[in-house]
Amino acid sequence: MFKQFYEHDKAAFWLLTLIGGIVFLIPTANIIFPEESPFHVSAYSISIIGKYLTFALLGLSLDLVWGYCGILALGQGAFFALGGYAIGMYLMRQIGTRGVYGNADLPDFMVFLNWQELPWYWYGFNHFWFALLMIVLVPGLLAYVFGWLAFRSRVTGVYLSIITQALTYALLLAFFRNEMGFGGNNGLTDFKELLGFNIQSSAVRACLLIASGLALMLAFVVSKWVINSKLGRVITAIRDQEARVRFIGYRVELFKLWIFVFAAVLAGIAGALYVPQVGIINPSEFSPLNSLEIVIWVAIGGRGTLYGGIIGAVLVN
Amino acid sequence: MTALALPTGEVDTSHGPILYLEGVSVSFDGFKALNNLSLYIDEGELRCLIGPNGAGKTTLMDVITGKTRPDNGSVFFGQTIDLLKLDEPAIAAAGIGRKFQKPSVFEKLSVFENLELALATNKGVWPTLFAKLTSIQRERIDEVLLTIGLIESRWQQAGDLSHGQKQWLEIGMLLMQEPKVMLIDEPVAGMTHQEIERTAQLLLSLQGERSVIVVEHDMEFVRSIAKRVTVLHEGSVLTEGTMDEVQNDPRVIQVYLGD
Ligand SMILES: Nc1ncnc2c1ncn2[C@@H]1O[C@H](COP(=O)(O)OP(=O)(O)O)[C@@H](O)[C@H]1O
Ligand SMILES: [Mg+2]
Repeated sequence: MFKQFYEHDKAAFWLLTLIGGIVFLIPTANIIFPEESPFHVSAYSISIIGKYLTFALLGLSLDLVWGYCGILALGQGAFFALGGYAIGMYLMRQIGTRGVYGNADLPDFMVFLNWQELPWYWYGFNHFWFALLMIVLVPGLLAYVFGWLAFRSRVTGVYLSIITQALTYALLLAFFRNEMGFGGNNGLTDFKELLGFNIQSSAVRACLLIASGLALMLAFVVSKWVINSKLGRVITAIRDQEARVRFIGYRVELFKLWIFVFAAVLAGIAGALYVPQVGIINPSEFSPLNSLEIVIWVAIGGRGTLYGGIIGAVLVN
Repeated sequence: MTALALPTGEVDTSHGPILYLEGVSVSFDGFKALNNLSLYIDEGELRCLIGPNGAGKTTLMDVITGKTRPDNGSVFFGQTIDLLKLDEPAIAAAGIGRKFQKPSVFEKLSVFENLELALATNKGVWPTLFAKLTSIQRERIDEVLLTIGLIESRWQQAGDLSHGQKQWLEIGMLLMQEPKVMLIDEPVAGMTHQEIERTAQLLLSLQGERSVIVVEHDMEFVRSIAKRVTVLHEGSVLTEGTMDEVQNDPRVIQVYLGD
């Protein structure tokens, strides 16, 4: 089976082998080599490499919409940040009484703002499963609503690029406001535990790196399958001859919407894996410049290749 | 614009015509591309549409396929389907296919894949994601590949085909859709003499089972296929009849000489 796969698609084979190698070797090197050994990988380096893996996933997600469907979406960073905030909210709730104010019911920044109770949209985030659901649901839903409005009105090209920039900019401004209840300027930070384990420990960092690597591999394989499906060919056809696709009976707006939402979900997952590894999420992640940077990764790595976004993300960083 | 409901069931052609255009007008910035045009196409007929450049032939196809909305008039598919209430994919699904004047095949895809996308089947998002070609569908694609003479080039990128081959591929895509009405805009532009002859044979073989409207400048070609010819001039029908009648009509002669 491996041989068949290798012969069918060498680039994909090597890429998956490389990611698989990182996932296996880096944590192993951290555990088996003592700190003074030249082969030792520090906990800090693990997080850096894990972070790159999440960027790679983000790059892959943009390649789907831009590289394959031709939608130059300049707001992919917004979905990444929303995924990050979702896990960040869970991590905030995990702090419990260990915050500066020792308040089990409210995160520190809310106590500081003199809030008396938890806003409704924070409900549920003390459960890990709920956070996981939101990581997928919030970016997916926003992409669905935004995409439905934009694609149905046939907003394309530079106009679409501009409104996606506006979207992420609007979110940036909103999340900056203290009253929004997401920690304002400072964002969410000082995380202590993930599923009851110390988030700073080498073991948790190694697990996060492994999770990031596996998520990237899985996303790559699924994306590959999507692109090789008939839907993938319709998407490519839309990129090259949008009007023509309508005349053979496909609802272009629904196909664009599908790939846009799928990519937003991938970006959200990337963001959720990123935040525990860097220990903070703040509104600057919504910065329009961040989204532009993702486009540069994909452009450098090669559009419409799937591995382009991955390679570009790692190269640039 | 976003009529999502697809018309279902058969097209009602109980009164003869399958396509009705009545009093259709389209203007672009005050310029009337179509001017109170009326046209009826019978079920199974092959109709040729001629007329000087800018007469409004392509605009007429744009109106029928939902690309351009007319300012006035009505466009019906059979007795019951109001095409002005449907958008492009819905019109295509109802059974109206179109070949564009400028070949617009999907250049990055192979010849086979171009036909696969055009294939008449459920074109929803999820069915498309999980679509697998059945052996009947494969045979259908092979059959069309044979008809359009591209069976040897099936895995070639469509962008690498010659101009004439692209025209044929477009016609093949049209066949794959199995439409009830085919609109064919300038099919033989850029074709060799032999290719033109084969195109004529193909189009002739189609009439009867489906209605075909052909727009063409090549008079020899039109003569070889036409039973009824409609002449368009400045956005209206100038005259209609057999090729001989039309060619001897003094108004037609004047329009063409004055062109
Ligand atoms: N989208 C458009 N905007 C402005 N003018 C147009 C447009 N489409 C067609 N026209 C004009 O309408 C007239 C009819 O064009 P067309 O239908 O393409 O003619 P034909 O196909 O008979 O050569 C031409 O004068 C053309 O310039
Ligand atoms: Mg024309």
